[in-house]
Amino acid sequence: MADVVKKATRHGYSEGLVELAAQHEDIICLDADLGSATGSQAFRKAYPDRYIEAGIAEQDLIGMAAGLARTGLSPFANSFAVFAAGRAFEIIRNSVCYPNLNVKIVGSHCGITPAGDGGSHQCIEDVAAMRALPNMTVLSPCDFNQAKLMAKLLYEHKGPCYMRTSREPMPIVTSLEDKIEIGKAQILRHGSDVCIVATGVMTALAVAAVDELAAEGVNAELVNIHTIKPLDMDTIAAGVKKCGGKVLVCEEANMYGGLGEAVARGLVETDGIKFDHVAVMDRFGQSGLSGELLEEYGITSANIKAHAAALAKR
Amino acid sequence: MDKKQLQEKARQIRLDAVEMIAKAGSGHPGGSLSATDIMVALYYSKMALYEDPADERRDRFVLSKGHSNPPLYAILADKGYVPKEEMQYLRRLHHPFQGHPDSAKCPGIDCSTGSLGQGISVAVGMALGFKLKKMPNKVYAIVGDGEIQEGICWEAFMAAAHYKLDDLTVFIDKNGLQIDGTTDEVMSLGDLKAKMEAFGFAMDEIDGHDFDQILTALDKFTEGKPHCIIANTVKGKGVSFMENAVGWHGKAPNAEQLEQARKDLGGN
Repeated sequence: MADVVKKATRHGYSEGLVELAAQHEDIICLDADLGSATGSQAFRKAYPDRYIEAGIAEQDLIGMAAGLARTGLSPFANSFAVFAAGRAFEIIRNSVCYPNLNVKIVGSHCGITPAGDGGSHQCIEDVAAMRALPNMTVLSPCDFNQAKLMAKLLYEHKGPCYMRTSREPMPIVTSLEDKIEIGKAQILRHGSDVCIVATGVMTALAVAAVDELAAEGVNAELVNIHTIKPLDMDTIAAGVKKCGGKVLVCEEANMYGGLGEAVARGLVETDGIKFDHVAVMDRFGQSGLSGELLEEYGITSANIKAHAAALAKR
Repeated sequence: MDKKQLQEKARQIRLDAVEMIAKAGSGHPGGSLSATDIMVALYYSKMALYEDPADERRDRFVLSKGHSNPPLYAILADKGYVPKEEMQYLRRLHHPFQGHPDSAKCPGIDCSTGSLGQGISVAVGMALGFKLKKMPNKVYAIVGDGEIQEGICWEAFMAAAHYKLDDLTVFIDKNGLQIDGTTDEVMSLGDLKAKMEAFGFAMDEIDGHDFDQILTALDKFTEGKPHCIIANTVKGKGVSFMENAVGWHGKAPNAEQLEQARKDLGGN
């Protein structure tokens, strides 16, 4: 049997961005002294004049990227996920997402696959943190090829995006010929016994598991989620329904606030439970008198009553 | 505008700012009044501005100490970028004059700010962007002296010097006060001029309420170096009972106090 080709998503993205930059002069690549690890060193070699080194200063990395976007450029800010989505979180919130700027943030070394560095460097919270931001799109390619394709999707999408990439070389399970788009899930295996919903490196691992299960007579549907937000619940719900309501979510991130909770949130209504939500519905706040602001966002007793009454009648 | 006209404009803008805060019932008069003269000098004497507040040729202004926005709003209304009646609706729902500057809601706001330290970082990115695009736009920013306790400011200052952003001018509004006391009590800034010089800035230190000094400093240009102007100011400048009073960082005057402020500022 031929050796399985293994490559890292960080390198797929980096290769894609360098190719893309040839056609788009507005692309600027920034890094915070991790260029050799995140893959942006390749961009630096190809386009030194469009490479901005922020130094070991992730907050300023994001602030500068926001400023570049405000002059009409298309900045791609790179660091490890733990620093980009963690340390710079509030800069991303207030200087990128709040004004809805065209800034792309790519956090590499996500999850626990950067094994040697230890827990300080293994980011398991970025999915929850970035999902929680209004205006933010969250991407998570499953292999080298998909990461390469996603560089183009990132560029074409105008607005804040976060993409998590991985350090570890993993098997390639998708093709550069795939037609993928932001917000559309991708079915990699068809089955009706159990529905597996996976993202990032977990998809490659799931492919192996699904193929072994098939040999044992269990046919799994495998849905690859390259866009965690907005989440394609239609495709997921159809797959889960086809599999008799059995769903397994796989992600290399903390169980809280990640893809699992997003899928569960979307599926809860399919199990006889009637679910509604009175909350801030993924939008930023604004100035106002306190009463009128609560009214605007539905944080009122009257709104709770209205939603509860509507549920009671369903 | 000559010095007299600038002073008269500043008086009117201060009055508008205090009226807006009083009407809103909340806001930050102290730091608004310390930074007013700098904003007036920039908007009426220095910056390249156009009828369309989104004209890409315009110079940019970043109020990094975003809570000091009422004078800026009064200026944007005076310039016609926003209808004057909006001054009645500071901090109100669905109105452009938000509690802190919001570029998505207010024409003429070049950068959303409010979370301290971030504006200066974005301003550095803007100046860098214009340099990369070979555009001549100038970028002006005002940071508060208390604000520079935020570490990101020093990251941004380093980057400004590293990238030789000589079209960037940073005012430090040095009024010496912050919410919990004087800057020296809360977290002393030390020799700010020496610090900024060491960070690679071309330095000036002026009286931030003297238009001759503000404009003279603004005319300076040092090739290859960003410019920092330490503006020694009085928090609450122009309103007798607010001047140098810590308590007037973030509260609105009541009716009686508003009357006094109007008298101090020569309003009706």
